Amino acid sequence: MKAVHESPQAEPRQLQMQKPKFNWKKWLYHLVTGAFALLMLYPILWLLMSSFKESSQVFVTAHSLIPDPFILSNYVQGWEGIAGQSFGTFIKNSLIIVGFSTIGAVISSSLIAYGFARISFKGKAFWFGCMMVSMMLPHEVVMIPQYIIFAKIGWLNSFLPIIVPQFFGHAFFIFLMVQFIRNIPIELDEAARIDGCGRFGIFYKVILPLIVPAMATAAIFSFYWKWEDLINPVLYLNSPEKYPVSLALKLFLDSETASNWGAMFAMSVVSLLPVILIFFLFQKYIVEGISTSGLK
Amino acid sequence: MKLRPAGDNLAGYAFISPFIIGFLAFTIIPMVISLYLSFTSYDLFTTPQWVGLANYIEMFTGDEKYWTTIKVTFTYVLAGVPLRLTFALIVAMLLNRASRMVGIYRTLFYLPSIIGGSVAVAIMWRNIFGNEGTINQILFFMGIDQKIYWYQDPTSALWTLIMLSVWQFGSSMLIFLAGLKNISPEYYEAASVDGANPFQKFFKITLPLLSPIIFFNLVMQTISAFMTFTPAYIISKGEGGPLDGTLLYSLYLFQKAFNFFQMGYASAMAWVMLLIVGLLTLILFKTSKYWVHYESKEG
Repeated sequence: MKAVHESPQAEPRQLQMQKPKFNWKKWLYHLVTGAFALLMLYPILWLLMSSFKESSQVFVTAHSLIPDPFILSNYVQGWEGIAGQSFGTFIKNSLIIVGFSTIGAVISSSLIAYGFARISFKGKAFWFGCMMVSMMLPHEVVMIPQYIIFAKIGWLNSFLPIIVPQFFGHAFFIFLMVQFIRNIPIELDEAARIDGCGRFGIFYKVILPLIVPAMATAAIFSFYWKWEDLINPVLYLNSPEKYPVSLALKLFLDSETASNWGAMFAMSVVSLLPVILIFFLFQKYIVEGISTSGLK
Repeated sequence: MKLRPAGDNLAGYAFISPFIIGFLAFTIIPMVISLYLSFTSYDLFTTPQWVGLANYIEMFTGDEKYWTTIKVTFTYVLAGVPLRLTFALIVAMLLNRASRMVGIYRTLFYLPSIIGGSVAVAIMWRNIFGNEGTINQILFFMGIDQKIYWYQDPTSALWTLIMLSVWQFGSSMLIFLAGLKNISPEYYEAASVDGANPFQKFFKITLPLLSPIIFFNLVMQTISAFMTFTPAYIISKGEGGPLDGTLLYSLYLFQKAFNFFQMGYASAMAWVMLLIVGLLTLILFKTSKYWVHYESKEG
């Protein structure tokens, strides 16, 4: 890189002058990087702007990002929903699924992580190994029997098959929290023990408050995965009044024949709003989670 | 001094018991059932019929669609994952500098991988590459009058899926960026003193020091790419078309199980998938000693 940009006349001043020499390089850098970033974002912008266009205009003016005329009726129409359900119902369903799954996954994972990180017991290495392997296991291998089991116990067309498994720990989150707990000085545990805390007391009073950042990271990722999850709702939910947002969008897509693009795009935007909002609010935790444990 | 965690079997098992119960109930028992079903013919409503290896034999010798899905999935994985990681590395190197704007760029590049798995984005992608979609209109404005019918040709349809996957390079980029920040500037200074050019610096310093992280990403991304479902399901409206061009393995397995109720056959497919993923991981691990460079402390 450097060699390319060094212009001959800049060389004599190299030692004392920094600003004039670096300026155009900097501009070039920001021009290239910024343009590339915009290119990456273009599809999202296009979706957003199309949601303000008339359905008949979306593809006629697909090259333009400016809606003409600018309308909001797509949102009104989309919010009326599909299959006799208002879009609010789908959002409510998504929130129930996401809320319970996330609470279950975070609490159970933190208990399990404490066990792995702080207590030495027979067979620990074995169970830890099981957990690591289960991170790499394709879901397809257990999908069919799980479906059969949940069908046999009468859980089909309910949220239970999606929520309940989350209460038994999530391998990625356990791993993340184990890493986190290992960095907490063990002297804190000892001090609490001397003060008369039992195992659970140490976990609840000492460890739990200190792993809040890791729990936040886990909660955010649990939110993303469950909000965007499609295959489980497709498998387990079959009446539209129980559909979460992801599956409702699929309904919009299936009724595309009416070419009501506007409403579909508008509700797609609505479905992305919470995700993007959380992303901007909690970016710090997300970046940390990814950089330290490779969460996606 | 009692600074080591005291051995306590009962407490240990009490804390990890949710994991053990969940692992048995939602992983081990289903896996055993799945293995058994793979040797049966089962439609969910009648009792499973033992058919021995018939499902596996049918898969490899009778089912042409199966070979299509293998071809499609391997193309998707072998093209998508390296492209995605290459992009991630290039952009991470671009962002590895001190500038106020870097934080903003990082956010913008990362955003697609946060929303990329959603139905909304799959719908968006489907429409951008549509016959009247943005891409064709932009091509038209650039003077290319020839429309590309992305979703009428199996190959180009698959490439839209690959592009969607590459578009989400952000999470790998973040990991690479964290890795780049850990490389001591002294290495580069020493190389400069020795007169190394940027290419030499990249191949002799950056790449070797980053190789453990690249390796980790390669393994995880390969596994997850193999299991991709949502974009193929949405973009092809559940069909895997045109001409099975986007029939990713997960999608075909899903169709077999829940559209045709061939639970035995689908279970056999799941086990072959597990073997393929396991084998790919093993190959990556076996070859890693030739190209992954571990510093003495890491390992």
